[in-house]
Amino acid sequence: MADLSEYRFTKSHEWVHLEGGVATVGISDHAQAELGDVIFIELPTVGAVLKAGEKFGTIESVKAASDLYVPVGGTVAAVNDQLSDAPERVNGDPYGEGWMVRLNNVDESGSDLLDEAGYKAIGG
Amino acid sequence: MVDFAGYDMPLQYSGIRDEHLAVRQRAGIFDVSHMGEVLVSGDAAQGWLQQLVSNDVSRLDDGQAQYTVMCNQEGGILDDLIVYRGDQEHYLVIVNASTREKDVSWMREHGGGELDLVDASDELALIAVQGPRSVDILEPITTLDGGGSLREMGSFATSRARIAGVPDGVNQRISRTGYSGEDGFEIVVDAGGAVELWDALMAAGGEHGMVPAGLGARDTLRLEAGLRLYGQDMDEATDPYSCGLGWTVKLDKGDFIGGDALRQLRGAPPRRFVGLRLGPRHIARHGQPVIQDGRQVGVITSGTFGFTVGTAVATASVSPDFDRDGDVAVDIRGSKASAEVVPLPFYKRPRGDG
Repeated sequence: MADLSEYRFTKSHEWVHLEGGVATVGISDHAQAELGDVIFIELPTVGAVLKAGEKFGTIESVKAASDLYVPVGGTVAAVNDQLSDAPERVNGDPYGEGWMVRLNNVDESGSDLLDEAGYKAIGG
Repeated sequence: MVDFAGYDMPLQYSGIRDEHLAVRQRAGIFDVSHMGEVLVSGDAAQGWLQQLVSNDVSRLDDGQAQYTVMCNQEGGILDDLIVYRGDQEHYLVIVNASTREKDVSWMREHGGGELDLVDASDELALIAVQGPRSVDILEPITTLDGGGSLREMGSFATSRARIAGVPDGVNQRISRTGYSGEDGFEIVVDAGGAVELWDALMAAGGEHGMVPAGLGARDTLRLEAGLRLYGQDMDEATDPYSCGLGWTVKLDKGDFIGGDALRQLRGAPPRRFVGLRLGPRHIARHGQPVIQDGRQVGVITSGTFGFTVGTAVATASVSPDFDRDGDVAVDIRGSKASAEVVPLPFYKRPRGDG
């Protein structure tokens, strides 16, 4: 199990990891398990500016399509291109290789984040 | 686990993709005990079933099964069923879990007083083994009551059987049927012996690479194979001709419930049922609009990713003036995904090796 002490979570099951002013974003293990096999992920273009809670993409699994929301605001600095050929990385390693976007110019205003214990408490 | 018509059902074990591909390449085992089993007995059984379903039950020999639909007076589909004939006075009808109570009430209401009908759904379990290795897994552990080899059993044949590892006295019926598009078997078993049967099958299947498979793979497999799902591809407002099941209607067999309406609908059904192939990034879902020439001409009934065909596939109910050769798109949450009309099924198993 990944060490999630540095990760924070949204109620909509995304995670964010802040390091050196860059926020890396993905979805939780609970979310990938609920979605089942991920078929593809639509991600934003680099340079897009997003506010906390704004939609940044769509994830489509065998079971359903779901919107993805950024836990914090920022400018999209990178997207995980590997996911276009290997979306199953989100299932296999949601906190590592399954990351989705990196943001800089991070702005936490308007964000509503839970720590690991808080996320577990809501069923995550 | 998900709740399905009151049963806790496994949606997936190792993952839908893994399970789907295992069934296509080797084998998978499914617990589908949520399906309903109705026993119809007595000398009135055949005549009564003839009244009730669209297919011609009199064509069944002992030990044969057929797929059929059961319609209301207007020709709308109440359910799709498999009717198994044990002998002339003993039939087993498999009904859908979500329609079981409605089906049984309808059957009782239209069966007359003399009918011997038992809803045995709570006393019987149903386990399916599907995939090209199914016969290799089952043959060594199965003894058919009437003798003969499992390998020689025809498609849609059915027999009482004993399977090694299941205690004596547990009733078992094996049939060469399924819902995956592969060769395979379904076993109806007394619920008290279901766990032993599952364990015996798992033990026999291990060396053949059989895996447990859930409702998720069941849906992707059946859709690739062009098999209908009640409640999604058809309902009481759908007649069999409108969803491509006209072949289950035998108008020449004599009167039956819905027959008069179906005679009228046959020439000009209000809907057509088509297969659509989409790109790998465009999974259409039930209820999404089908667009042609800028207007809605239909609706998606089922859609998923077809792991064997390698792209998204869907079925749609469209109006009769739909142009199969025209441009078609599906409105997926506001964006138009182009689709190609293709014949059903999307996947057909290779013949010759089983």
